[in-house]
Amino acid sequence: MLYREAGQFKTTYAEDMAIFPIRQDRIALGILLGIAFVGVPLLATFHIWPFNSEYLLWAILLPFLILALAAIGVNVLVGYCGQISLGSGAFMAIGAYSAYKLGTGVHIPLAWFGFAISIPPLPVLPSILLGGLMAAIAGILFGIPSLRIKGLYLAVATLAAQFFFDWVFLRVPWFTNYAPSGSVNAPRLDFFGLAVNTPIERYLLCLIFITVFAVLAKNLVRGNLGRQWMAIRDMDIAAELIGIRPLYAKLTAFAVSSFIIGVAGALWAFVYLGSWEPLAFSIDRSLQLLFMVIIGGLGSIMGSFVGAAFILILPILLNLIPTQLGVPLSTETITHLEFIIFGSLICYLLIKEPHGFARLISIGKEKLRLWPFPY
Amino acid sequence: MRMPDTSEILLLVQGVSLAFGGVKALRDVSFDIRKGEIRAIIGPNGAGKTSMLNVINGFYHPNHGAITFKGQTRAQMQPFEASRGGIARTFQNVALFRGMSALDNIMAGRTLRMRRGLFLQMLRYGPALAEEIEHRHRVEEIIDFLEIEAIRKVPVARLPYGLQKRVELGRALAMEPDLLLLDEPMAGMNLEEKEDMSRFIVDVNNHYGTTIALIEHDMAVVMDLSHRVAVLDHGVKIADGTPDEVKKNQGVIDAYLGVAH
Amino acid sequence: MIALGQFLEVLIGGLMSGVLYSLVALGFVLIFKASGVFNFAQGAMVLLAGLALVRSLDLLVAWGFPLWAAIILGIGFAAVIMAITAWLIERFVIGPLVNQDALTLFMSTIGVTFILEGAAQMIFGSDAYPLRLFPTDAWFLFENLFPGGILLNKLDVWGGFIAGILVAGLAIFFERTKTGRALRAVADDHLAAQSVGIPISWIWFVVWLAAGLVALVAATVWGTKLGVQFSITFLALKALPVLIIGGLTSIPGAIVGGFIVGAGEKIAEVFLGSYIGGGIEYWFAYVLALAVLLVRPQGLFGERIIERI
Repeated sequence: MLYREAGQFKTTYAEDMAIFPIRQDRIALGILLGIAFVGVPLLATFHIWPFNSEYLLWAILLPFLILALAAIGVNVLVGYCGQISLGSGAFMAIGAYSAYKLGTGVHIPLAWFGFAISIPPLPVLPSILLGGLMAAIAGILFGIPSLRIKGLYLAVATLAAQFFFDWVFLRVPWFTNYAPSGSVNAPRLDFFGLAVNTPIERYLLCLIFITVFAVLAKNLVRGNLGRQWMAIRDMDIAAELIGIRPLYAKLTAFAVSSFIIGVAGALWAFVYLGSWEPLAFSIDRSLQLLFMVIIGGLGSIMGSFVGAAFILILPILLNLIPTQLGVPLSTETITHLEFIIFGSLICYLLIKEPHGFARLISIGKEKLRLWPFPY
Repeated sequence: MRMPDTSEILLLVQGVSLAFGGVKALRDVSFDIRKGEIRAIIGPNGAGKTSMLNVINGFYHPNHGAITFKGQTRAQMQPFEASRGGIARTFQNVALFRGMSALDNIMAGRTLRMRRGLFLQMLRYGPALAEEIEHRHRVEEIIDFLEIEAIRKVPVARLPYGLQKRVELGRALAMEPDLLLLDEPMAGMNLEEKEDMSRFIVDVNNHYGTTIALIEHDMAVVMDLSHRVAVLDHGVKIADGTPDEVKKNQGVIDAYLGVAH
Repeated sequence: MIALGQFLEVLIGGLMSGVLYSLVALGFVLIFKASGVFNFAQGAMVLLAGLALVRSLDLLVAWGFPLWAAIILGIGFAAVIMAITAWLIERFVIGPLVNQDALTLFMSTIGVTFILEGAAQMIFGSDAYPLRLFPTDAWFLFENLFPGGILLNKLDVWGGFIAGILVAGLAIFFERTKTGRALRAVADDHLAAQSVGIPISWIWFVVWLAAGLVALVAATVWGTKLGVQFSITFLALKALPVLIIGGLTSIPGAIVGGFIVGAGEKIAEVFLGSYIGGGIEYWFAYVLALAVLLVRPQGLFGERIIERI
């Protein structure tokens, strides 16, 4: 009886079009944001369970927030616009390395013209955002083939992006500032004079990023542009006949998606890894992000969070539960089990519930709304 | 029945031929659609009716011939140019965006009239929000007109066929077209649904003054609704005129009864 | 003459390794032709077949079987494993997804990829296992024409020979047998095929089995060349650009595409690698496929796609 919309009347279209039109949802979201922004930092500051070690913050919450951000980006392209991508890892890498170059100063010697372009090191925030912008530009370039080719063919085009950029960041020493090991270190994290060092500070930084981006992305997908994306996804020919230009719709989806993924890549490198190699953004990362989106829910911003949480937590549970039961598994077995479970889950969800866990949650909410009556 | 008040020609098809490899779908077809009328295109299966609509809204490019729309003549155009020019369309097999709600489907029909860019939409504040609400008002008018208020937030894939056809008509109306092409709007409907749909078509024509070209198999409906009828058979126009004239035409009777050529 | 000799050697080596890509690509084409499914799992199937073969072979030899018997039994065992896999995939994944759009089917094969990779390594182990089914030494040709002659790996020749037999066998299967005809009917329109009494799930099982056996053949050659190990799945991914270049529905396309990719990447590596940094092989095939997509989306041998509404 707690979850009802009866009696909540909407008198304007603006109210009807709110992100969470039902009051109970708004309250739940408020509580969740309160816990995330106030509760977690407080508990962590005073080392209260479950934050008595930094493990939860470092190894779970931080990667969760950043990968959920990347998953939102992937969802814009794959879930909303229906353009499959196996190259998300490459766009994370572009964001990360562009931000790194901008953060450490860019020097392009143009020997033929007798001068060089030099940009002094930029502060961290502009570096990260411009890193996202570079990823967006690359996204548009690799999105151009999508105007002529569809679905599976596009998958191969995005694979081209993945392997090409893997190679670029591995083999072109300019991108790593000629670091002999190929591994690079993030610049000092400094936001408007505030240093971001402790896990709590890093957590809060990523939380702010993902909150802002999630709201912006949600606004886009429920507005005119989002409808154009979904129209292209559902039936591109009909979309064209009602005046949607595939060029504009697809390329904006590629740009927005790659921008978000690029920013997530920069955060992953700067805030989570600290120092990294191109391997951090391999095709495995691309597939992992795709899985998050399928499991969480294609075409759902909330699903991106659910999917990211699931993919991060499953391996930990696989490690923990057998140990608690007295039959610890080897690391290898855990990896293989993980593969099997993810794969089975993907197939199961595609067959039974193509909209992932997010859809299951909304079905649950629908049921709850009517409870205790069946309909 | 109300007769169209003007004889101004909105769309003129001249000598259009269309072939897929060796198959000739259309052969030297010419006809016109006058402003404000309901124009029917009929013919047996495979006569080239849907191909004709596809040519009109730019999805197929004719091998020969020209199309004059609102005084502009061209041999071919792109689908989004046709929609921009004011041609809307529904499909033989419902072509809705299945993952979206009825409301979103119809809102998508407003795309051409929405101007706010990516950044304002992202913030969903000020002009972007105002635009969204303004178009929501227009769409709600269409929803009222088509009597589909109760299902506006239901994903269209869950709707029964008859309602899907209605939502599709709504999406086309949302474009506020000058010319509305309806490809078998009543296919697969029962009598009651057909009556509803006929009423909507006549109302659209009366209230909004929209010119309508429709393909339909149900002869009773066609003869009742339309002002003029063109008959295609094997890609050739065999008759053109008022319903009464067409009914008496020997060629049409032969085509439908299947007399040996 | 030195440059020409070197060029010929690179070219021949490239063409031969291209045949290996074709071997995997053939499996893709089979499934795509018959069910419209773009099978991401083909590489994982190669891994599974290879692991099943090499592990059973080791075990049988350890039990004291003579080598020829062990090879026959091992191949038989791997074939049975592929048959079970084909049945499971048809029964639990592709069957229930009939009539879904191509994208959903494609993503489901990514799921299958992970299941196969996880299960194969969990059951058969996850190290690199050497496989010695074919000779791995080389011939040196035209030693009187070029200094040092042209190096030609015997294994590559075997690969080419086997690919030829496979293509001939598949062509006969498609054109001459009743199942092959049914298969082409299903590929054209599976609803219509069903309505004339073709048992569609049986046909799909046969197709996946055929693809599994092609994977087994590919595994024998690849495993001899590189050892049976996880990284085989990445090399098998290169069959995707091979297919795009050749055309998704064409068996000759798969072969020619393999030649082009194999020769192209070797030549690029040797003659361009020194200028822009080594490792071009890593991406060359994909970027070439991208270029082909932009110019001729249906590939060199594919059929033009006409859209209807």
